Amino acid sequence: MKLRHFAIPAFAVCLALGLSNCKKGGGDTIKVGEFASLTGKEATFGMSSHEGTLLAIEEVNATGGVLGKKVELLTEDDQSKPGEPANAVNKLISKDSVVAILGEVASSRSLEAAPICQQSQIPMISPASTNPSVTQAGDYVFRACFTDPFQGAALANFSTGTLKATKVAMLTDVKSDYSKGLAKCFKDKFLANGGTLTTELDYNGGDKDFKAQLTTIKNGNPQAVFVPGYYTDVALIAIQAKQIGLTVPLFGGDGWESSVLLDIGKDDMNGNYFSTHCAADQGTPKMTAFVESYKKRFNGKVPDAMAVLGYDSAMLLADAIKRAGTTEGPKLRDAIAATKDFEGVSGKFSLNADRDAVKALVFIKIEGGKFRYTATVNP
Amino acid sequence: MDFQQTIQQLINGLGLGSIYALIALGYTMVYGVLRFINFAHSDVLMLGAFSALYIAPKVEKVLGPQSVTGAILVIVFSAAVCACLGMLIEFLAYRPLRNRPKLTVLITAIGVSLFIEFTCQNDAIFGSATRAFPKLLPEQQFHLGKIVLGSNDIIVPVVTALLLVGMWFIVQKTRIGTAMRAVSFNQQAASLMGVPVNRIISFTFGLGSALAAVAGILYSMKAPGIEPLMGVQPGLRAFIAAVVGGIGNLPGAVLGGLLIGVLETFAGGIPGLSNYRDAIAFGILILILLFKPAGLLGRATIEKV
Repeated sequence: MKLRHFAIPAFAVCLALGLSNCKKGGGDTIKVGEFASLTGKEATFGMSSHEGTLLAIEEVNATGGVLGKKVELLTEDDQSKPGEPANAVNKLISKDSVVAILGEVASSRSLEAAPICQQSQIPMISPASTNPSVTQAGDYVFRACFTDPFQGAALANFSTGTLKATKVAMLTDVKSDYSKGLAKCFKDKFLANGGTLTTELDYNGGDKDFKAQLTTIKNGNPQAVFVPGYYTDVALIAIQAKQIGLTVPLFGGDGWESSVLLDIGKDDMNGNYFSTHCAADQGTPKMTAFVESYKKRFNGKVPDAMAVLGYDSAMLLADAIKRAGTTEGPKLRDAIAATKDFEGVSGKFSLNADRDAVKALVFIKIEGGKFRYTATVNP
Repeated sequence: MDFQQTIQQLINGLGLGSIYALIALGYTMVYGVLRFINFAHSDVLMLGAFSALYIAPKVEKVLGPQSVTGAILVIVFSAAVCACLGMLIEFLAYRPLRNRPKLTVLITAIGVSLFIEFTCQNDAIFGSATRAFPKLLPEQQFHLGKIVLGSNDIIVPVVTALLLVGMWFIVQKTRIGTAMRAVSFNQQAASLMGVPVNRIISFTFGLGSALAAVAGILYSMKAPGIEPLMGVQPGLRAFIAAVVGGIGNLPGAVLGGLLIGVLETFAGGIPGLSNYRDAIAFGILILILLFKPAGLLGRATIEKV
């Protein structure tokens, strides 16, 4: 039964591909598809990665494009909703016949698109999905960022090392693959480091009241609270933690990376920490140059990590198309897989056998209503 | 769980529950008069929060930031805006269906709800990204030993209690309230007795929507991140609260809201149970419908077929 469910769409996709391949030869642009959460709950993720991607494509085109052709970026909004990424990617592949897909930031949504790209033999590069299972969808799925086992371990070491917190409470979003994955990776390493989890509680992404969980957490007297969630929820958690009198630092992963975290959380975010892919103030020459050109292109806006990764993923793809000399799926796949010592804005990285980028992460402290770069952790 | 934690969770639960209660009041009042569930109620709540978002900076310019008069003005203006919107919704969507079966109106209400939610997600209106809600009042925490009592935890129940009394007064003691009860009892007979049915129904919607706006603002003060779908979750809980308390019954709605708020909060604080938090409200609904279908305070009525 299951096979038949797959066989029919697969056949339809193959047919569409067969037809689209004829068109590809004649086109005078190389079409690249992008799906992103331009609106909805995680809108800044999608906006940032989209702007980064757009900047990269514009720069590539300004220097003559790739393989003598201009690159055309086709963007679809998935509204931060489950179900939409599949629609978006199906449309990009079958209707627009793109040669590759860029997206998404949130792991749950990348996981939805990955099997479709795999079946259609269209390479997909996720800029910032850190859940390990994303690239396990198959050999056509890549990412331009580190994975949660690395991030979780770094956060665990940060907790026991820098924060000197061995008694930690954990609050996980049960609706998000990202949150659950990161929580598990953190827990494994944290317990191995000799730490104890005082309380483990869950919430549903989109909840507005966290006082119930926070009261129980406070009662366990932790030295810090690990919140591997997304920024809209984290901001409310931080506000209500202060209200309930829970004053220990909160810390989390790259899901916190958004200016909206500070818009909503305001002063209550101060004194908290998170790990992410890179920081605008980390001081590397490539980053400084990128911040300048990004500000110039987008009205003085300072890029966040998602923008940088959007840029890096698009540049990685352009580089691979150049090396492959073609946009055919299998050859392009091999070229992306062979990426070595790529000089990205977020740092120098290579793709490993699991198609994941091996690269450093940075820690950010929130101070005076601003994100401040504090440290880099190398793999 | 020790004693102090139990008290703290009770405070949290009552704070959350009184917001559910306030929303449930609006549901139950419209039901009481018209015998139908206005599903767009939760979206009027969202519209209330957004009108406050736009009105607050203007009031702040005149009265300075975070003043009590300012907060009251913002709430009154937003309630007025939403009352007009509520009457408009009734005029455009429900009035043409006045003599149709109740089911038609119910399905239209769901349609209106979805229409508002998705229209507001358009970037030209509110956009679907989460926006920061301004602080209307300075927040204070009172410490009693280890127990923390926030100013919001006091304001919300007080406002809910005042509005409950206000609603009860309007429905039971005023001329228009008498007319509302008459319309609820028998629309046709009421109109024969000279009750302006359309005007009474408009008024009911206006009042219900104003309640929704107040609830929306108080809810946003508690969790200052607002988006066009923010009404869906509390709206559903409040609807359940209204049914649990006995739909159409004002004190019942408040009781139901408090019950759900408190139970949810206790569930949320227990490891292993916290991810079933959302199931609590629905579990209660099923139990009530099985064992006391008229609700906790509702009276069972026999429907003639």
